[in-house]
Amino acid sequence: MLKYTLQRILYMFIVFMIITLMCFVLIRMLPLAPLPAGDPHTAIVEARREAMGYNKPYLEQFWMFLKNVVTKFDWGVSDKLFLGQDVVDIFTQRLPATVIVNLYSIIFAIPIGIALGVFAALKKNTWVDYLISTLTMVVISVPSFVYAFLIQYIFSFKLGWLPFLMKSGTDWFSPAMFVSMLPAIMSLAFGTIAGFTRTTRAELTEVLTSEFMLLARTKGLTKAQATVRHALRNCFVVVVPAIIGEFVSILGGSLIIERIFSIPGVGRLTIDAINGQDYPIFMLTTCFYTAIGLAASLVVDISYGFIDPRIRMGSKK
Amino acid sequence: MSMNNEFEHIPQEKFQFVQMDAHLHDQRLETKSRTFMQDAMRRFAKNKSSVVATWILAFLVLFSIVSPMLSMYNINDKDKLYINYPSYVPSIAKLGLGIMDGAKVHSSQNDASMDYWAGIAQETGMDPALRVVGEHVTQVKYRGQMVDRKTYDLEVNRYYELGVVYRVFSYAEFEKIQAWQDETGIQVIYPYVDPADINGITDNPNIWYEVDGKGAAQKDKDGNFVPVYSTNKAIEGAEYHSLRVEGDDGSYIYSTAKSGAVQARVCYYNYYIYLNGHEPTYIFGTNSMGQDLFCGVGIGARFSLIFAIIVSAINLTIGAIYGAIQGYYGGKIDLYMDRISDILSGIPFVVVITLFQRHLSQKVGIVPSFLFAFVLTGWIGMAALTRKQFYRFKSQEFVMAARTLGASDGRLMFRHVFPNAIGTIITSCALVIPNVIRSETTITYLGIVDLSSFAGTTIGTLLSQGNAAVTTAPHTLLWPSLFLSLLMISFNLFGNGLRDAFNPTTRGEDD
Repeated sequence: MLKYTLQRILYMFIVFMIITLMCFVLIRMLPLAPLPAGDPHTAIVEARREAMGYNKPYLEQFWMFLKNVVTKFDWGVSDKLFLGQDVVDIFTQRLPATVIVNLYSIIFAIPIGIALGVFAALKKNTWVDYLISTLTMVVISVPSFVYAFLIQYIFSFKLGWLPFLMKSGTDWFSPAMFVSMLPAIMSLAFGTIAGFTRTTRAELTEVLTSEFMLLARTKGLTKAQATVRHALRNCFVVVVPAIIGEFVSILGGSLIIERIFSIPGVGRLTIDAINGQDYPIFMLTTCFYTAIGLAASLVVDISYGFIDPRIRMGSKK
Repeated sequence: MSMNNEFEHIPQEKFQFVQMDAHLHDQRLETKSRTFMQDAMRRFAKNKSSVVATWILAFLVLFSIVSPMLSMYNINDKDKLYINYPSYVPSIAKLGLGIMDGAKVHSSQNDASMDYWAGIAQETGMDPALRVVGEHVTQVKYRGQMVDRKTYDLEVNRYYELGVVYRVFSYAEFEKIQAWQDETGIQVIYPYVDPADINGITDNPNIWYEVDGKGAAQKDKDGNFVPVYSTNKAIEGAEYHSLRVEGDDGSYIYSTAKSGAVQARVCYYNYYIYLNGHEPTYIFGTNSMGQDLFCGVGIGARFSLIFAIIVSAINLTIGAIYGAIQGYYGGKIDLYMDRISDILSGIPFVVVITLFQRHLSQKVGIVPSFLFAFVLTGWIGMAALTRKQFYRFKSQEFVMAARTLGASDGRLMFRHVFPNAIGTIITSCALVIPNVIRSETTITYLGIVDLSSFAGTTIGTLLSQGNAAVTTAPHTLLWPSLFLSLLMISFNLFGNGLRDAFNPTTRGEDD
């Protein structure tokens, strides 16, 4: 298992480096942002560009970039949106908002989703199941920004219960901040709830019809005991990795939800960097998103092995 | 040996049927044989929700084809003043059903503003006030006494509400409008009001009567408005010889000089008829660009659907071939090809879109580069699916039989193994299209790619314009969202139905 894990990590790292190299070269090939004349930061940015080797061959630039990142964690300075500021500083300022909003949303969404899924599976082929399954289907189909609009219109405008946009400030855990995050949390949670409901229901219905469930009942367990001790545990082989994957990807956030509710997060920063053509920021967010995506799939794969001994045995081959 | 010889030359007459008179217990197969496709279609037709979804889907596709044709506008018609206006169809509005009448509720209107609406109604002959939907009485302290103040929630026809606006014309244009007025009998130009006569109000062309300092109407003792149309010939812009308002003895002036042109008070509704040849007819209302939403949603949907179908077709083809090669050859080739798709799928989608847009849109155009971005990573899922199917089928006996008969690799792949995977492929096609539409909408909503110059508008663009006006004009958000949601739901239901029909064994499972 350890060997397998290390292999996977190494492989992931290689993939990450190749993607970074490709994106790096493609981004450096783009025309540089013109610097405003007379701005005191212009000189700094120009000097930094020189130091980052903007006029050298791309591979050499990449080497310098890597050296700076590894030794000093220096990703360069913003040359358009936040002229002259360090990219890492800008980025780390944006991270808390994204993480907190997403964390709240999955803290709400996962228990509700699993509970609904279990409920639907236990009531299979009754109207409750049909209702839950249909709703799940609808919620998964409809893009999350449509809920965002609905929530904004109903709760923020018609009823006036919630604010339109997230309030500014860095008091991340204050009640007022929580309330102002609620619209975004709800919009994000809908999809997650539906996803978990569907996975749990599909898995649990399959497990419930398997033969060991019959055996468990035959040996005298009540239905509740059999479900909790045998069915749920087996069903969690699939659900737990999904939860872990969800936790990794909370860092990424949602581009569209962050824009609608004006959350000062990583997603907003990415969109701003793209539309504002601020390539140093874009490079950092590119690497960030790549790393998150790869890490999520890696963690999910490995967690399967930790949770399910059958898969662990299989990987030794 | 000799025994065999005895049976060798039996004359034909000696043979007879064993069961000539016996009753056959087997039943003959009397039904017609069904092909795989027919079988799948039959199963699909049994699934009610999928059939309903198919009809809805057909309706939506039809809508996207027909609505831009039915609309009186094309996507480049952008009205400058009818912006974010609600749904309005004159013939339906006249029925007074409360739908499509351009209505918007103005809350807390006091008596002065009720007079203002009445003023517009009296001058233009089109009453903007539709109905009072609520009355509130509040007690206000006024000069030391408690006074009841009545306010109204009033539903107003926004198209009439605009009333009269100032417009500047060239002399020729001014003449042309007059000629048109004579011809049709519809009055566009209304008598000029000198701001000096209405307490210097210059920003409200709807005031044509005596007002006090606050702009509230000063009525005479019978409760009528007192017109203050200008008769000052000294400021007249151009000669007027067309329709005149009631009570005009020929002394009113209808325009004022404005640096080489004339400024006039124009009833916008009638001016609109003069410009467009018909009354404003916006079935879904207008958006923030003054475009007809009915047409806009159709145009956006057309683009989304066509784009998604093209992208899916390309992705399915590439993915099927790639996956077939991977799955069929296996081993090293599979490993290397898998690494390539691993790397490509690791790049975040928004990064792919951005890089393609920045690098290619100048050279090959916005839409092709957008398409390439979707193709770059879009085929990977399909390839994985085909690969799995190939691993499943390639070691089966019928493949070995064909190989023994000397079939080439290509023939084996695409004639023997591939048809077995066709069900899975058709199913995934129906589920890929909505995903492409969703990504496309997200990207255009975020404004990373602007397709307006090519497609006119897209659902994503409409949504982003609507989002800015969520409180003032929710309809601009409603129609594109509703269309998109219905499209997504029905596509997914349709796809699920196809999956159940083609793979009856996996029925009800979600992958």
